[in-house]
Amino acid sequence: MVIAHIHVIDFDDENNIINKNVLLHQAGEIWHISASPADKGVLATCYNKTADGKVVTCAAVWRMPAELEPGGHESPEDAASPAHALELLCHLGPAAHGSTACVAWEPAGDGKRVISLADNHILLWDLQESSSQAVLASSASLEGKGQLKFTTGRWSPHHNCTQVATANDTAVRGWDTRTMSQIYCIESAHGQLVRDLDFNPNKQYYLASCGDDCRVKFWDTRNVTEPVKTLEEHSHWVWGVRYNHSHDQLVLTGSSDSRVILSNMVSISSEPFGHLVDDDDLSEQEERSQEPPQDSVIATYEEHEDSVYAVDWSSADPWLFASLSYDGRLVINRVPRALKYHILL
Amino acid sequence: MAAAAAGRGPGCGPGDSPEGPEAEAPERRRKAHGMLKLYYGLSEVEAAGRPAGPDPLDPTDLNGAHFDPEVYLDKLRRECPLAQLMDSETDMVRQIRALDSDMQTLVYENYNKFISATDTIRKMKNDFRKMEDEMDRLATNMAVITDFSARISATLQDRHERITKLAGVHALLRKLQFLFELPSRLTKCVELGAYGQAVRYQGRARAVLQQYQHLPSFRAIQDDCQVITARLAQQLRQRFREGGSGAPEQAECVELLLALGEPAEELCEEFLAHGRARLEEELRSLEAELGPSPPAPDVLEFTDRGGSGFVGGLCQVAAAYQELFAAQGPAGAEKLAAFARELGSRYFALVERRLAQEQGGSDNSLLVRALDRFHRRLRAPGALLAAAGLAEAATEIVERVARERLGQHLQGLQSAFLGCLTDVRQALAAPRVAGKEGPGLAELLANVASSTLGHIKASLASVHLFTAKEVSFSNKPYFRGEFCSQGVRESLIVGFIRSMCQTAQNFCESPGEKGGATPPALLLLLSRLCLDYETATISYILTLTDEQFLVQDQSPVTPVSTLCAEARETARRLLTHYVKLQGLVISQMLRKSVETRDWLGTLEPRNVRAVMKRVVEDTTAIDVQVGLLYEEGVRKAQSSDSSKRTFSVYSSSRQQGRYAPSYTPSAPMDTNLLSNIQKLFSERIDVFSPVEFNKVSVLTGIIKISLKTLLECVRLRTFGRFGLQQVQVDCHFLQLYLWRFVADEELVHLLLDEVVASAALRCPDPVPMEPSVVEVICERG
Repeated sequence: MVIAHIHVIDFDDENNIINKNVLLHQAGEIWHISASPADKGVLATCYNKTADGKVVTCAAVWRMPAELEPGGHESPEDAASPAHALELLCHLGPAAHGSTACVAWEPAGDGKRVISLADNHILLWDLQESSSQAVLASSASLEGKGQLKFTTGRWSPHHNCTQVATANDTAVRGWDTRTMSQIYCIESAHGQLVRDLDFNPNKQYYLASCGDDCRVKFWDTRNVTEPVKTLEEHSHWVWGVRYNHSHDQLVLTGSSDSRVILSNMVSISSEPFGHLVDDDDLSEQEERSQEPPQDSVIATYEEHEDSVYAVDWSSADPWLFASLSYDGRLVINRVPRALKYHILL
Repeated sequence: MAAAAAGRGPGCGPGDSPEGPEAEAPERRRKAHGMLKLYYGLSEVEAAGRPAGPDPLDPTDLNGAHFDPEVYLDKLRRECPLAQLMDSETDMVRQIRALDSDMQTLVYENYNKFISATDTIRKMKNDFRKMEDEMDRLATNMAVITDFSARISATLQDRHERITKLAGVHALLRKLQFLFELPSRLTKCVELGAYGQAVRYQGRARAVLQQYQHLPSFRAIQDDCQVITARLAQQLRQRFREGGSGAPEQAECVELLLALGEPAEELCEEFLAHGRARLEEELRSLEAELGPSPPAPDVLEFTDRGGSGFVGGLCQVAAAYQELFAAQGPAGAEKLAAFARELGSRYFALVERRLAQEQGGSDNSLLVRALDRFHRRLRAPGALLAAAGLAEAATEIVERVARERLGQHLQGLQSAFLGCLTDVRQALAAPRVAGKEGPGLAELLANVASSTLGHIKASLASVHLFTAKEVSFSNKPYFRGEFCSQGVRESLIVGFIRSMCQTAQNFCESPGEKGGATPPALLLLLSRLCLDYETATISYILTLTDEQFLVQDQSPVTPVSTLCAEARETARRLLTHYVKLQGLVISQMLRKSVETRDWLGTLEPRNVRAVMKRVVEDTTAIDVQVGLLYEEGVRKAQSSDSSKRTFSVYSSSRQQGRYAPSYTPSAPMDTNLLSNIQKLFSERIDVFSPVEFNKVSVLTGIIKISLKTLLECVRLRTFGRFGLQQVQVDCHFLQLYLWRFVADEELVHLLLDEVVASAALRCPDPVPMEPSVVEVICERG
C-alpha cells in the first residue's frame, strides 16, 4: 500500500517564511485534491488503490487534525515528530461507478454537496451528519460511442451553484445539477484532450479551458461555436488554467513545457480598462481610456525544471499564486508590483 | 575687221627694235582678242587682261602688258653671260618664227569665216530696207481702219441705248410675270410635292412682296402666297410628323420649315422628339435582343448593332441638329446635350446589362473587341457632343468591365488553384495499388506549380488584351496607369499570391485538428510550394507582370520582399502544422498503447511491443515522404555508431537514486533526484517549436512531440515490475531506430531516459531489467 503525503504549507507573507506540515494519507497515492469551501479542515481526495493487480481511483472526504488546520498557528518545527494522519470522514460511494477522476465542492455552499466524476458518471453527493456519511443525491451518465471518461470538472459559482462543467476527451459539457441534464456541449473544444477548466468568478457565462493542443481557450457558454479568445503561448500540453479570484483579467496557466504563464486578458475581463479609476482623477482616466485594452502575457515563470501540473491562486491574497511541478517543486510567486498598482489605481 | 587687226599688228612691229616684233607677237595677239571682245560688246577687255598675267606690272615679263623691251634688254645684258645671251637670242628668234607661222595659220583658217560674215551682214542690210517699206504701209492701213470704226460706232450709238432699255423692261416684266404666276406655281409645286422648289420661289418673292405690299395687285398676290405657304408649311409639318422617312428627309423638312420662317424653338423640340422616337425604337430592339428567352447574340454582334443602330442614329440626329439649329446658340446645344445624355444613359444601361451577361464568359478577346468597338463608336458622338460626356461614360463602362474581368480572373485563378489542390488530394487519397506508388509527391508538386503558373500566365495574357495598342481605349490614363499597377499587379497577381497563401494557411486552421481533415502530405506539398514561391516564383511572376504591363503609375505597389516574407511565413506555418499533425498521429498511437495496457499485471517482456515497431515504421515513412520534398538538413556531428549505445544511462549510479521510493520523507534522495533532473534539463526542450525547412528538423520535431507524449502518458500510469521492464525494452528499441532521424540524437536519449526514469518512479517495485537482456530482446526484433 502506497502512503501518500499531504503537505500543508503555510506561507507567511510578511516575513516570507514557509512552514510545511506533512499529513499522512494512508489510503493511497493522491491524484486529485480539493478543499471544502465551508470547513477549512475538510478536504476531498481522489486516490489510487491497487487491488488484485488493478488500479482503481477512489474518492474520500477527510478531516485534518485540528492543530494543523491552515491558520491554526502552530509550528511543529522538528520534522521528526510523528506525522499526523488524516481522519477519514466518508468514502464517496462504492467504487462501482469506476475510477473517480475529480471531486468538486459546491463553491458557495455549506460544504454539504460534492460532485464526483467517475468514468462516465457524474455523481452528486449529499454529505450528512457532519460529513460522516455521503448519500448519492442524483447522478447522470454520459452515453456515447466508445469508452467515455470524464477527465476533469468544475462547479460554477454562478447561477446559484446549479451548473457544473465537465471535460471528456476534447469536449466540454455543462450540466444542471437540479435536473442532472446537459445544458451545453462544446464538441471539440480543443484539438486534443481537455486538461482543465475554470469559471470566470465575475462573469457568469465565461469559461476557460486548456488542453493538449497547447492552447488556452475562453468560452462564452451561451455561444459555444467559437471561442471568445484563444491563447497559444505554451509549447506543450497545458495542464491547468485558473482565473484570479478577484481580478479576472489575470489568468494563470501551467504547462508540461515547465512554464507558468500569467496573462492579462483585459479585453474579456469584467474590469474593462480604466473602470476602477477614481472619478475625481479624470485626467488620468482620460489618458488611460485612450489606450485600447490589450491582452498580453504579463510574465513567464521558468523556475520549474519539469512539467508543471497544477497552478492556483491564493484564496487569501489576490496577488499570490503557486505552481507545482513533477519534480515536486512548489513555487510561490507574486503578481508583478507594477501590474498590481496598475490594476488597483 | 579681223583682217584689219591682223594688218595692224605687223604695222607696229617694225617701229621697234629688231627683237621688238618677236617680243610683241603674243602681246598683239592678246590685243587682237581685246579688239574682238570690244566689238562684240564684251567691255571687260582691260579688266580681264590685266589680272591674267603673273605680275602685270613687271616690265621684264615678255607676256606682261607693261613689257618694256629696253628694260628687258638691259636686264639681259647686265645679268647674263655671253653664251646665255646668244642662247636667248636664238631662242627668241625661234619663238618669233614660230609665232609668225602660227599667226599665218590662224589667218588662213579664219579667212573663210570672215568672208561669209561679211556676206551675211550685207544681206541683212538689204532685208531691213524692205521691211521698213512694209511697215510704212501698215501704218497707213491702220489709220484708215481707225477712222472707219469711229464712224460705225457713232452710227450705232442711239440704237444700242434703246436695246439696253428694252432689255431692262423685259427683265422687269419677267419678274412681274413670276410674281403673278407665283400662286399657281406654288400650288403646282405643293401638288407635285416639290417642296424645296416651292420654298425657294416663296423665298425669292417674299422680299419683293413685302416691299410692294401697298399696291393692291401685289397685295393680292402676297395674300395668295401666304395662304399657299401656310398650306405648304402645314403639309411639311404633316410630313415631318409622320416621320416615316429617315433622318435626312426629316432634316430636309426642318430645313424647309425654317426657311419658311417657322419658330425654331418649337421645331427643335419637335425634331428632338422625332429623333428620340427613332432612337428609342433602336433601344427597344436592342433590349429585345437582351431578352431572357432567345439566346442573346454574342457580345460583339450586340455592340456592333448598338453601334451602328443607336450610336449612328444619335450621330445623325446630333449632326443634323447642329447644322439646322446652329443659330440657337448655347441653349440649343444644351438641349441637345441633355437629349444625348438621357438616351445615352439608357443605351449604356443596356450595354451594361449585356456585358453583365458576359461575366461568366471566358473569351477575353471577344469581349475586348466588343468593348473596343463600343468605345470606338462612341468617340464620334463624343466629339460631336462633348457636353453630353458620352465618351467619358463609355470609358467608365469599359473600365468597370475591365475591373470586373480582373476580379473574375482572380476568382478563376483561385478556383483553379483549389482545383489543383483537390486533384492532389484525390491523388493522395487514391488507394495505392500494391507495390506501385501513385504519382510521387515531387511530381504532384511540379504539377501544381506548373499548372498554377500556367493559369497565371494565361490570365496575364488575356488581361493583356485590354492594353493592346490597337484597342481604342488602351491609351486612356486608367489603362496606362491604374489598370496595370493597381489592377493587374496588385489585385490580380499579388491578390492571388496572397489568397494562395491564405488558402494554404487555412489548412492549418482546419477544425479537424485530429488529423482527418487535411492529408499531411498535402500540407507538406503546400509548404514546399510556398517555399518555392518564396525563393523564385514570386519574383519571376512579378517581373513578368512588370514587363508585360509597363507600369507607369507611381502609386505604391507591394514589394517583392513583402510577398516573399508572407510566402515564407506560410510555408513555415504549414510545415509546423505538418509536424504537429504527424507528431499527433504518432503520439495518439503511443498514448493509446500506454493508456489501454494493464501495466501492473503485465508479463515479463519477451518482445518489443508492436506499437513501437509501428512508430518506427511510420517515422521511416514520414522520413521518406519529407525526403521527397525537402533537403536533408544539418545534423549535429556525433559518433557514427550511436545505435550501439548501451544502457549505461539506466544502469549508472544515479539510477539508484531515481528508483528509490520517493515517499520517504528523508531528504537525500530527493536532492539527488532534483540535481539529476536539473542536469538533464540543462537545455530546455521546446516541444512544439517552429521547424526549419529541412528534413532533419521536421523529423526532429515529430519525434520530440511523440516522445514527450510518451513521457507524459507514462507519468499518469502505475507500473508493475514487468511493466517497467517493458517500458525499458520499448525505449531501447526506439533509441536504436530513432536517433538517425534527428538533428541531435542526444535529444532522443534525454527524452527516452526521462521516460524510463518516470516509469521507474511510477513503479512500486522497480527492478530494472539487465541491459544485456534488453539488448538481446531488442535485437531479436
